[in-house]
Amino acid sequence: MIEVRNITKTYSNGDISTQALEGVSFVIKDGEYVAIMGPSGSGKSTLMHILGCLDTPTSGQYLLDGKNVSSFSEVELADIRKEKIGFVFQAFNLLPRATVVRNVALPLMYAGVPKEERMERARGAILAAGLDEAHLYYRSNQLSGGQMQRVAIARALVNNPTIVLADEPTGNLDTQTGEIVLGTFKKLNDEGRTIVLITHEPDVAIHAKRIIHIKDGKILSDTPAKDYENH
Amino acid sequence: MKTTDLIEETYWALTANKARTFLTMLGIVIGIASVIAMIAIGQGTQAQIQASIQSAGANLLFVVPGTQRGVGIQVSGGRGSAQTLTEADANAIASQVPLVQAVAPSLNLRFQVTAPGTNTNVQVVGTTPDYAGVRNVQMAEGSFISSANLRSFERVAVIGPTVESDLFATGTDPVGKSIKINEVPFRIIGITVSQGGSGFNSADDMIYVPLTTAQQYLAGDTYISQISVEAADSQSMDAVQQGITNLLLERHKISNPALADFSVYNQAQIVATASTVTSTFTMLLASIAGISLLVGGISIMNMMLTTVTERTREIGLRKAIGAQRKDIIYQFLMESVAITFSGGLVGIVLGWALASLLSLLAGITTQISVFSIVLAFGVSAVIGILFGYYPARRASQLNPIEALRYE
Ligand SMILES: Nc1ncnc2c1ncn2[C@@H]1O[C@H](COP(=O)(O)OP(=O)(O)OP(=O)(O)O)[C@@H](O)[C@H]1O
Ligand SMILES: [Mg+2]
Repeated sequence: MIEVRNITKTYSNGDISTQALEGVSFVIKDGEYVAIMGPSGSGKSTLMHILGCLDTPTSGQYLLDGKNVSSFSEVELADIRKEKIGFVFQAFNLLPRATVVRNVALPLMYAGVPKEERMERARGAILAAGLDEAHLYYRSNQLSGGQMQRVAIARALVNNPTIVLADEPTGNLDTQTGEIVLGTFKKLNDEGRTIVLITHEPDVAIHAKRIIHIKDGKILSDTPAKDYENH
Repeated sequence: MKTTDLIEETYWALTANKARTFLTMLGIVIGIASVIAMIAIGQGTQAQIQASIQSAGANLLFVVPGTQRGVGIQVSGGRGSAQTLTEADANAIASQVPLVQAVAPSLNLRFQVTAPGTNTNVQVVGTTPDYAGVRNVQMAEGSFISSANLRSFERVAVIGPTVESDLFATGTDPVGKSIKINEVPFRIIGITVSQGGSGFNSADDMIYVPLTTAQQYLAGDTYISQISVEAADSQSMDAVQQGITNLLLERHKISNPALADFSVYNQAQIVATASTVTSTFTMLLASIAGISLLVGGISIMNMMLTTVTERTREIGLRKAIGAQRKDIIYQFLMESVAITFSGGLVGIVLGWALASLLSLLAGITTQISVFSIVLAFGVSAVIGILFGYYPARRASQLNPIEALRYE
């Protein structure tokens, strides 16, 4: 279960400081499927990084499965990242010179999975994300944007995370491939995993069961997806 | 993270930019190779000097006329140097100083020596039969000077292998042939075994004749230029040295030892002095090479710092997907250690080849020691860890999100 209580995040670079989040609170129960929407610069990615234990809030509390993560050490945060969370970055963040399989298998290496099993699981995740066998040994900088997106998704899912966080996972995909990816998330959610994704597109958000709207670092609305049309 | 994974990641990282890896490694290769080669030259020289001193015989002491004159073993020529030692002094040492095994007086003179058609300038040593035992002279052919030769002032000569090759064509047997030393004819009765070594003092480039003959036909007087004394064993060297000094001071009627008209050298002292000189020489060579090793180490640090900066996003990503700080530290440390280790290995082979080439082409004696290999390897490992640790630590401390945003 994800619970945030009045979290804020302030970035300060020298004398300029930006308040990206200004007191955000919500609870996401296990097995929920949530879409976060909002204009550019509203703090969506910032929130997602905090939820993914990649960053810590300036103030407020973040409770993950009842534990106060905001007070965790760096070592404990890294453990949570590799055990519980699959993160799809807005900017993919692949190792450019490494092959597709190596990229996808990387989280398993840090989790201590033996090499053979790693390669097998990476292959499974890549095929599940809609790439062909032929792409396995492409270097990731030889792929198109949409293909990179799918490699990033495969990497997020390879360690069987209980929580999947995806920052604009369909942003670079055509409608058809977008549907495939959303189908994958649906399947994962049906298996009981928690899904949180960021999107600009109402068509994508509608696949979720709940939609949180944020603007200027604050929650504007938090409604079930079936009520979304009413807004 | 498993060790095999670490090695694999290191392999990928180092092969990603082969040219840079190679150039960085080159710095270490050159550093280690020069350390190995320099130490090999130094230790080779040291071993050679010691061997040539020791080949002169065991537990040896020398008495020479005049005051102390450094490390010179053979003071050449009766002419010019003080004529204070006599055969009677030698006999007195043999009979009165305890723990003396054998004594051999000698008269060392340098002469022009001629054989039909050729000539050479050689050290001629007039001595007694005991000389062979004291100075470790062994015969390849014929025999050494005998007591009978000595008693009857015979003009016989024993020649060293260098003299043999200078005066006689290969294949001819010089024993029984005649040569002229300073225009006086001598008959060759033996040839000595090579003791190695080269240069002015080589025992191979000498002619031995009976002391009596040398005094009568060559020098024209009865002084001697050196007394070689063999002590009973290595422990008695100091006692014998003191005994000789006291005896000769008494015989020469000198009360102040500082005014002694002779000097007694102990072979162990000569070896020790030579060792200090050569090990200083070795240290000097090694430290010059060490500087190039240090430069190599700094180039590793430079490369690692550049790598960390270039790969900031990669580090951010690795941390984002679960890498711990220590995983990042190990990864970068492993890269620098791998470079220094493989550079060190190539350096050792190259240094060894260089040393062998030097002894082959330039005739310099070299000696590769386990010590220098261990030293070079140790130093390269330490350089890898030391110069890799700072960049590795810096990489590990990056915040994943900031690292991912790095341009
Ligand atoms: N590391 C940072 N340093 C300084 N300011 C930052 C940093 N990261 C984000 N910001 C600022 O915080 C605000 C929120 O940024 P964030 O990336 O969360 O927006 P977003 O909602 O994800 O936008 P988009 O839809 O364009 O991805 C922006 O004003 C941004 O400039
Ligand atoms: Mg964003």
